[in-house]
Amino acid sequence: MTDDPRDVQGNAGPEVEGAGEASEPSTGAHMPTMERSVMGTLGVALMGAGLRSARPIQKIVLGSVGAGLAAMAATGRNPLANALKIRQSADGDTLVSDAVTIGRPAAELYAVWRDLAGLPRLMTHLERVEVLSETRSRWTVKAPTGDVSWEAEITADVPGERLAWSSLPGEGIENSGEVLFRPAPGDRGTELIVRLRYRPPGGTTGAVIARIAGEEPAQQLRDDLMRFKREQEFGSEPTTEGQSSGREPATSSSPKAGQA
Amino acid sequence: MKAIIWQGVNKVGVENVPDPALLLPTDAIIKVTSTAICGSDLHLLDGVIPSMEKGDILGHEFMGEVVEVGRDVKKLSVGDRVVVPFNLACGVCDPCRRGLFSACDNSNPNHRMAEALYGAVSGGGLFGYSHMYGGYAGGQAQYVRVPFADVGPHKIESGLRDEQVLFLTDIFPTGYQAAENCSIVPGRDVVAVFGAGPVGQFAARSAQMLGAAHVIVIDRVQGRLAMAEAAGCQTINYEQDDVLVALREATGGRGPDHVIDAVGMEAHGHGPGALVDTAKQKLKLSFDRITALRWAILSCGKGGTVSMPGVYGGLIDKLPMGAAFAKGLTFKMGQTHTHRHIAPLLGRIEAGEIDPSFVITHRASLDQAPELYKTFRDKHDGCVKVVLNPWA
Ligand SMILES: [Zn+2]
Ligand SMILES: [Zn+2]
Repeated sequence: MTDDPRDVQGNAGPEVEGAGEASEPSTGAHMPTMERSVMGTLGVALMGAGLRSARPIQKIVLGSVGAGLAAMAATGRNPLANALKIRQSADGDTLVSDAVTIGRPAAELYAVWRDLAGLPRLMTHLERVEVLSETRSRWTVKAPTGDVSWEAEITADVPGERLAWSSLPGEGIENSGEVLFRPAPGDRGTELIVRLRYRPPGGTTGAVIARIAGEEPAQQLRDDLMRFKREQEFGSEPTTEGQSSGREPATSSSPKAGQA
Repeated sequence: MKAIIWQGVNKVGVENVPDPALLLPTDAIIKVTSTAICGSDLHLLDGVIPSMEKGDILGHEFMGEVVEVGRDVKKLSVGDRVVVPFNLACGVCDPCRRGLFSACDNSNPNHRMAEALYGAVSGGGLFGYSHMYGGYAGGQAQYVRVPFADVGPHKIESGLRDEQVLFLTDIFPTGYQAAENCSIVPGRDVVAVFGAGPVGQFAARSAQMLGAAHVIVIDRVQGRLAMAEAAGCQTINYEQDDVLVALREATGGRGPDHVIDAVGMEAHGHGPGALVDTAKQKLKLSFDRITALRWAILSCGKGGTVSMPGVYGGLIDKLPMGAAFAKGLTFKMGQTHTHRHIAPLLGRIEAGEIDPSFVITHRASLDQAPELYKTFRDKHDGCVKVVLNPWA
């Protein structure tokens, strides 16, 4: 039941063949003492929170993540980075990538992504993108400490195949990314691959805490891609928001009951 | 409206809740005329399926009359009488287009929760079956919101009674798919069915419809075995007999050509690895249920199929893979692709090949449902299948 073949080797090889950047080895396994103690404390705290939680799902998720953290802090060998699938390049950048197959032609999907000002609709961590010229744009994200903004440049643009960008040196959070559009075998539409690279504030520990808090870009990216797929294929997101349940007070006069 | 509400582990009650409303233009609202309690609802009752929340409306086997449609609904109109598959499917994603409706990519808004728990990509949403399966309100109620209304609901235009078509929503297609997965050679193959609950009953009769030379049903509840015997099946009571010896004897030592595991493990919903510890305690409770799958593998004849309509949720210890390998068995499993079975099975009902109402032992109102959940769980009073009338 390994959902990700990369896990088998415990490192992050190139996830997709034949396009884009060269292989990025993960730093994998060496956690400094300071990080180890932070991890251990966090792990034990999470296990405690999990055990105290009344919600079974929280009990399971918090408890097991906590146990994982504590165990890894104890061994000090294999940092959470691997367990939580946080991948890093040799020079400390965090790498995030994911892929989704969408039943639409590559040209159409590419056109949606090429409209940079519309990107915040696809990538929810983005607050806004202002287009400055054919290749320059200013990107803004909301952060707990206030908005962070940087100027980015399109570094590759092959219509219907690939779009890549990079922040300009010395600007906000250093980051870059690319989107690949590949025809899927058969009549299944387009394989969309997104790769992001950034330097998180707070290093590995920052990335781990962000991941546990559910605000880590890997999860956001997965959600963003699924939402994009659902919009493109079905036209909207499925929802249960606003449906009836025993959590809402019943209205005194039930309009449809009258039809009985 | 009245609805059956999950109020906590082993607590089910009838409550007045707000009527459902259209939430998307592709939704319809259905006035429920008949609904049923499913064996898998019992996993919700005893709390082994995680991510239920107090106040959730239960129920995934229901049918009724369309009373409202969203502006994008094209195939349904107010007044149509429909049966509704228990699983939700968008109809346009790759799995849906391949007929794998239960594996729909797009119908579960909480896919991330399911992925976290299973450790793998999840299937689609289900009505009334926990938040990891989408958190959709169920149909044990007077009205229900039906999303993807052009994809799931199937119109019933003949004069068949509710009780004859209601089980097209789940247990009939589930039993049928289990038999179909066996690729039965008509007139030659012997099929054994472990579990004589509602799905086992339909699996056995579907195996007969698909031409099985002989069908053997294994259970321990006498009333259930009698129901299978009434259909012409041979039965084995595993509390009175050594199942493996009895099956060898019944098949001249070859073993059944195909075995259907209609028991399943209690679906703990635990994911792999990190969640195992939490699950271990419960695994003890479900020990005898794993035994059904083990028996299925050990008894199945060479080159046969082990077909699993029963629900499995996590990791399994001590599966006899050596036996499976030595005999060259094929495993087929998975949630039912209900949508694709409804029309052909409705045809069989209309042709008089089968009357699914044979399985009903209890009929009740919504108010009586909490009590009948317990009767069904404890297999008291000969209970095999309960049908509820929300307007009684
Ligand atoms: Zn069911
Ligand atoms: Zn679908």
